Amino acid sequence: MARIIVVTSGKGGVGKTTTSAAIAMGLAKRGHKTAVIDFDVGLRNLDLILGCERRVVYDFINVINGEASLNQALIRDKNCNLLYILPASQTRDKDALTQEGVGKVLDELSKDFEYIVCDSPAGIEKGANLALYFADDAFVVTNPEISSVRDSDRMLGILSSKSRRAERNEEPIKEYLLLTRYDPDRVKLGEMLSLEDVQEILSLDLLGIIPESKSVLSASNAGMPVILDEKSEAGQAYADVVARYLGEKLPHRFIDGKQGFLRRLFGGRK
Amino acid sequence: MLNTSPALEFKSSTFFAPILILYTNDLTAIEQTLHEKISLAPEFFKDSPLIIDLRELNKQNLSLDFSQIIQLLRRVSFFPVGIRGGNENQNQQARALFIPIDTVREQGSTLMIGAEAAKQETAPQPAAQPEAATPKEPVRAVPVPPVSAAATLVTQPIRSGQRIYASGDLIILSQVSAGAEIMAEGNIHVYNTLRGRALAGVHGNTAARIFCFDLQAELISIAGDYKTSEDLNKQTYRHPVQIYLQNHALIIKEIA
Repeated sequence: MARIIVVTSGKGGVGKTTTSAAIAMGLAKRGHKTAVIDFDVGLRNLDLILGCERRVVYDFINVINGEASLNQALIRDKNCNLLYILPASQTRDKDALTQEGVGKVLDELSKDFEYIVCDSPAGIEKGANLALYFADDAFVVTNPEISSVRDSDRMLGILSSKSRRAERNEEPIKEYLLLTRYDPDRVKLGEMLSLEDVQEILSLDLLGIIPESKSVLSASNAGMPVILDEKSEAGQAYADVVARYLGEKLPHRFIDGKQGFLRRLFGGRK
Repeated sequence: MLNTSPALEFKSSTFFAPILILYTNDLTAIEQTLHEKISLAPEFFKDSPLIIDLRELNKQNLSLDFSQIIQLLRRVSFFPVGIRGGNENQNQQARALFIPIDTVREQGSTLMIGAEAAKQETAPQPAAQPEAATPKEPVRAVPVPPVSAAATLVTQPIRSGQRIYASGDLIILSQVSAGAEIMAEGNIHVYNTLRGRALAGVHGNTAARIFCFDLQAELISIAGDYKTSEDLNKQTYRHPVQIYLQNHALIIKEIA
């Protein structure tokens, strides 16, 4: 049986798709057969981030409607042969998703994948609800700003009340916090919420901090998940996230940022 | 002609009515106490629907002329709309007078809790009902809906957008996030940070209270009287407090 992970946030533009691509690639790189599904029907992006947009023939909705088999629609990643992508349909909307259809696709994938990563669309409507409904684990992607934190909190409420596990009274979805676009310098200036602020509001296990990094945008544009850029801080941070998710104990990095010239001269606060 | 509007429609709804608990079958005593009660709040009781509770009476094996008590109640401007806790004979008499019989909760202890709630209700305002404290009064009208349910316990965090409603007391062990709403007909206890909205005594129980470990609420309300976070005193903000109602004013007091 596969472990189903939903990458969700409520708010848009916080890094759900970047995170989905990175952790799916990270899991596959560590030898786990992984499928990543784009639930953002109508606003297909995941294929771009993973650089497979020119190989899309069939999509998630085709499979749900029985117009294509799962094997026809799944795209094998060119960098890692254990990673498969199920793209969203660009010409349809979220109403084309049905709970029964999604359930059937996930059941079939569960038979020969170890991990299934569901890239949730923004919002709390049908697409987002179906992306989380079958999940076992949730990566809640949050930016260090109040509207994102508020939306994540809302999402956590939905995770604990509207998932299949909640409906069946099973063990609740395991929720992890992923703080993305974190800029320690702006935190020090008081322009951004600190890690402590976010954790106080959300009280959630921290899986990792992804620092704000130029490499994320260039990796996205190049169609290479940023985790493959081992030199970049964001790539290393995602590698840490995957390792922690798989049970390794690693200290959190990228909280304090680089030591600036003046700080080195006069000594930091700590 | 096609008429699209239906002739009627059934809808489900909940109403509140005072319950009259009889402790004696002495009609003169009942009438006298009723008059005293009514004189305290004539507008409140005028034409009020009323449910008659006979359990206490039947516990003492006191017989009652049912048609006479109905006549008496109508005379003092009540509308008896139901009985509960009656025996076979009383139920039959009620049916003959077209008075519905509540059989659903006959075995529950709701009645006694209701009586307790009524006591609680009157306790902080002894001036308003001076004789309410005397223990052996033969008749006690319950002017508020009784707090009938047991306490509801929540151990999970209440997240933004979630709503919790408790028909009795509400006890929450985790945080209540901003944008969440917790409501109770009775008291609210939050043994953590309260950031959302908390509404206690939502059915008008002015004796309900809110307790929390860390007050950062967006809104607090007891029996409809509310304050928003803007009106909260800086001194009690982020402190453990209790909140209660005194002469229609919300009092926020730090718990040492």
